[in-house]
Amino acid sequence: MGEHHGPAKGLSRWFLTTNHKDIGALYLWFSFAMFLLGGSFAMIIRAELFQPGLQLVQPEFFNQMTTMHGLVMVFGAIMPAFVGLANYMIPLMIGAPDMAMPRMNNWSFWLLPPTFLILASTLFMEGGGPNFGWTFYAPLSTTYAPPSVTVFIFSVHVMGISSIMGAINIIATIVNMRAPGMTYMKMPLFVWTWLITAFLLVAVMPVLAGAVTMMLMDIHFGTSFFSAAGGGDPVLFQHIFWFFGHPEVYIIILPAFGVVSHIIPAFSRKPLFGYDSMVYATASIAFLSFIVWAHHMYTVGMPLAGELFFMYATTLIAVPTAAKVFNWITTMFRGSLSFETPMLFAIGFVVLFTIGGFTGLMLSIAPADFQYHDTYFVVAHFHYTMVAGAIFAMSASVYYWIHKWTGRRYNETMGKAHFWISFIGFNLTFFPQHFVGLAGMPRRIPDYALQFADFNMMSSIGAFIYGASQLLFLYNVIATIRSGKKDEAAKSWDGAEGLEWEVPSPAPYHTYSVPPQVK
Amino acid sequence: MKTKDKNILITAGKLSVLAVAMFAFVFVVMVPLYNVLCDVLGINGRTGDRYEATEIVVDTERQVEVQFVANFNEEMPWEFKPSVTMVKVNPGASNETVFLAHNPLPKDMVAQAIPSISPARAAEYFHKTECFCFNQQPLVAGESAELPLVYIVDRDLPKDIKTITLSYTLFDITERVQRTDS
Repeated sequence: MGEHHGPAKGLSRWFLTTNHKDIGALYLWFSFAMFLLGGSFAMIIRAELFQPGLQLVQPEFFNQMTTMHGLVMVFGAIMPAFVGLANYMIPLMIGAPDMAMPRMNNWSFWLLPPTFLILASTLFMEGGGPNFGWTFYAPLSTTYAPPSVTVFIFSVHVMGISSIMGAINIIATIVNMRAPGMTYMKMPLFVWTWLITAFLLVAVMPVLAGAVTMMLMDIHFGTSFFSAAGGGDPVLFQHIFWFFGHPEVYIIILPAFGVVSHIIPAFSRKPLFGYDSMVYATASIAFLSFIVWAHHMYTVGMPLAGELFFMYATTLIAVPTAAKVFNWITTMFRGSLSFETPMLFAIGFVVLFTIGGFTGLMLSIAPADFQYHDTYFVVAHFHYTMVAGAIFAMSASVYYWIHKWTGRRYNETMGKAHFWISFIGFNLTFFPQHFVGLAGMPRRIPDYALQFADFNMMSSIGAFIYGASQLLFLYNVIATIRSGKKDEAAKSWDGAEGLEWEVPSPAPYHTYSVPPQVK
Repeated sequence: MKTKDKNILITAGKLSVLAVAMFAFVFVVMVPLYNVLCDVLGINGRTGDRYEATEIVVDTERQVEVQFVANFNEEMPWEFKPSVTMVKVNPGASNETVFLAHNPLPKDMVAQAIPSISPARAAEYFHKTECFCFNQQPLVAGESAELPLVYIVDRDLPKDIKTITLSYTLFDITERVQRTDS
């Protein structure tokens, strides 16, 4: 007990820290910076698509923007945001003093900023940055890639190492450092979803590393994994990529499921309905994610048996996912609901993620997918799951836990304004994209046919509204930290449950040096 | 505390092994497995390697149309075309044809032809006993050549397949060959 002390002073605190709260905060700030960077790329895309024809940027640069937007948002914004949340909250939720391997934790984080600096610098290199889409299909990313592709491969390797180390740390923490009495089936759901997510990360990030290693060898060392001239096959790349890529989308969304499973009970003032089924549903989704990858590739010319297998397996995912949505709604049913900002974002998540789930179900039907493939319908689908799913859940978590982090209350009016402006902006952006997609507008193209002009203008206006609302969010967070109303209550919300609410607000630098007893 | 630290190391050790194993899995399982599956199931239109005919029994009752197609990858400057674009053959019989290639450039080049069968289902019933695609095709500047192909359509070819298209895509591999030689 005698070693309680505050954080070190000065900048070295942040470089040398091994404290899970410091590292969690670093991850969260870093991911928000990347969110703004990736968002500004999206603004350029939407500005160019405001009208048909080429106005602002050249097609080559447009391609770099779509690619970098995807890469930065997936690997720089969403994933680190949830890793940061895991670092901050998991030790508090399971009654542990810190993460299992604090030094490695520091290393996992500090690999990221230089990596993304290097990735972003490719935009200024000769031939420009990556321009082959975030899915970097060979041979676009090998034979036809700009020279900066080697730098891109290097940065993917380093961010993969960072993710794997972070995931190993999270599993080691959850498996070994739970407070006495906290059995697996008593763990909070955010901890459960992260445990499963971390296993997915350890299993598939090396597959991504393998894919980019093969690209590197094809480009520089004369192998031909993906080159037909040497007996290779470009379709092999797509199989390997999506064997990583499909579990990756659940890596992004499962922690969001966890967060929402905390917030909805807290504001319904009822325990979560169907805790056990939530755990089993998460595990089933994770398992199924490994056997559905080729539904991204229905149009490559698979045999009929393959199309059927991947179609059935994919539609099967709707079952555990529907169980989750059912549980969230049933938790709210006859609850004593109140609608503070975290709850608004959580309900927005449930509604919009379900729409994204339904369009996913449409896309899973192989014969129908031939029409939707590579159109804006797909863009609309995955933004409903990634933005209204992962990012809404992330905003909800910040509002839900910020009082615990800072000991200060955020401005509720501004929070609600943030929600409603994002909700309207988001739907204005992406709902019309369903229509232009069904009508045949292809994705990743800087120009479009005249009949899509009205819907695209709506999309662009919505995107600017959504983008601006995030600045309001940033302002609210900074204002809370600097001058929010102080409140010493341990529980931020009267209906909230869990060990993180047993420590004072703001949470002291060291918590649970002596593990609590869980009954 | 001691045992907890040890347990953490054990967990981390196991997971590191899993990560390394998954990296290896891509190279030693996924790539070969993909190639094996494509060959065995005949998917992707891939054709097999050299075929040794054991006995020739010709099905004179049935005729199958075989079409030949020649394509170029990127800006491959050669002239390359089948001598005949379509023949009717009997399943089981050994047939011969040639493709005509010409290098019009004033420099020596090496090409590689990659075959593909359509419909992909027919790939495992189309046997090549001799094919120029088994080797690289070097042509010095201005040279022309007749590239031979000997093939057998299997008698077990499903009855509903009446036309088989054999397509060759010609790749310029001059630089690739120079790189491995030097």
